[in-house]
Amino acid sequence: MFAFMANPARFMAFSSWAAPLLLAAALALFAAGLPWALFYSPADYQQGETVRIMYIHVPAAWWSMGVYAFMGGASFVSLVWRHALADVAARAAAPVGTVFAGVCLVTGSLWGAPTWGTWWEWDGRMTSMLVLFVTYLGYLALWAAIEDEEKAARLAAILCLAGLINLPIVKFSVDWWSTLHQPASLLRSGGSAIDPAMLGPLLTMAGAYLALFGALTLMNMRAAIFRRRVEAAALREARA
Amino acid sequence: MRALGAAFQRDLALMWSGGGALAPIGFFLGATMLVPLAMGPERTLLASAGPPLVWIAAALAVLATLERLFQADLEDGSLDQMLISRAPLELLVLAKGAALWCAIGLPLALAAGPAAIALQAPLERVPVIIVSLALGTAAFVGAGLAGAAVTAGVKRGGVLIALIVLPFFAPPIIFGAAVAGGKDVTAALMILGGCALAAAALGPIAAAAALRLQAE
Repeated sequence: MFAFMANPARFMAFSSWAAPLLLAAALALFAAGLPWALFYSPADYQQGETVRIMYIHVPAAWWSMGVYAFMGGASFVSLVWRHALADVAARAAAPVGTVFAGVCLVTGSLWGAPTWGTWWEWDGRMTSMLVLFVTYLGYLALWAAIEDEEKAARLAAILCLAGLINLPIVKFSVDWWSTLHQPASLLRSGGSAIDPAMLGPLLTMAGAYLALFGALTLMNMRAAIFRRRVEAAALREARA
Repeated sequence: MRALGAAFQRDLALMWSGGGALAPIGFFLGATMLVPLAMGPERTLLASAGPPLVWIAAALAVLATLERLFQADLEDGSLDQMLISRAPLELLVLAKGAALWCAIGLPLALAAGPAAIALQAPLERVPVIIVSLALGTAAFVGAGLAGAAVTAGVKRGGVLIALIVLPFFAPPIIFGAAVAGGKDVTAALMILGGCALAAAALGPIAAAAALRLQAE
């Protein structure tokens, strides 16, 4: 897979049908998941209607970490094997992850106001999510600050790998500092603690986020490759 | 080993002749001075909020020293000398970090004693605040080495360094504030020591990888 994708021409051929396909999948899953989650799923016996925010919040939280893990993997591949497209992939995924993390923070705050009675609480989960968000911003800022693109790619890859340390902290902070935020209810020993009527829309939304991430990343990568080609053509033109 | 000693001495001498800890400590005390001005001089309020704010001031003081850490080496060719030296670059960077900690971190930790007293910290807690800051500044320096190396080629990269490094300051701050607050001091000190060791081990490796790119 890695070797196959290292050829930009092959990647462009693959992504030319994969990106629209993923985008269509994302739109279909959102079209199914949003009404299901917002109108046709049961209200929680304790949280009432506010539980519907969770269908936006939880997938955003999952995939903001998932995207960062993907960027970490891509950065590793880019540093170790000098893979031609891995750094493009990491850079293309970063804005998506940033927005997911931002959505997670905002929706969590909106949910916390009626449920916990506070817009923000400095507990471990929220603090480390904010740290993840700032890490994303630092990654993007570093990339923007260095003009030489190849150098920027590899320095950003080093930064991305260092930031991976934060991911396990986000994941386990709830168990370490047992505070306001509830612990994991899906992936836990003893099976899922979520009612099937809520699990369905939740997993649909998670799938929609994942497909959207794939589509946007592929489209971002295609844009970056097109830009490189245009720059190379302009250089050739200038030399001739 | 001799190369490491020489690198350590050179950096320490450069940092001392550049004013040493004078500017960071002045910054640190100045920032601490603003705390009671902003919060009002009420004793009970200061006693609970003061020591954590000492931590923040120390973190910012370390941050302020990072921008030029590798830039001068990059500009005057010292970095190329470090690269062709037979000593591994990682260890040379570690020596630089050790020099920075001796020149800035340790004096900051000592200056935190009077600062904490001025902010109404109980006298018996001052030694442990000093020890915790000595460990904490080591963790800051370790993370700061990597951040400074990654941004060494960026002109006026001060804000960028801050943005990149501050997330890595979070763990030592969390446990440092726990020490300063007097909760579960031994455990927090041990975790703080762990942070310092991890930063000292991993920071130079990441910094050296970045510096090899910077010199290309």
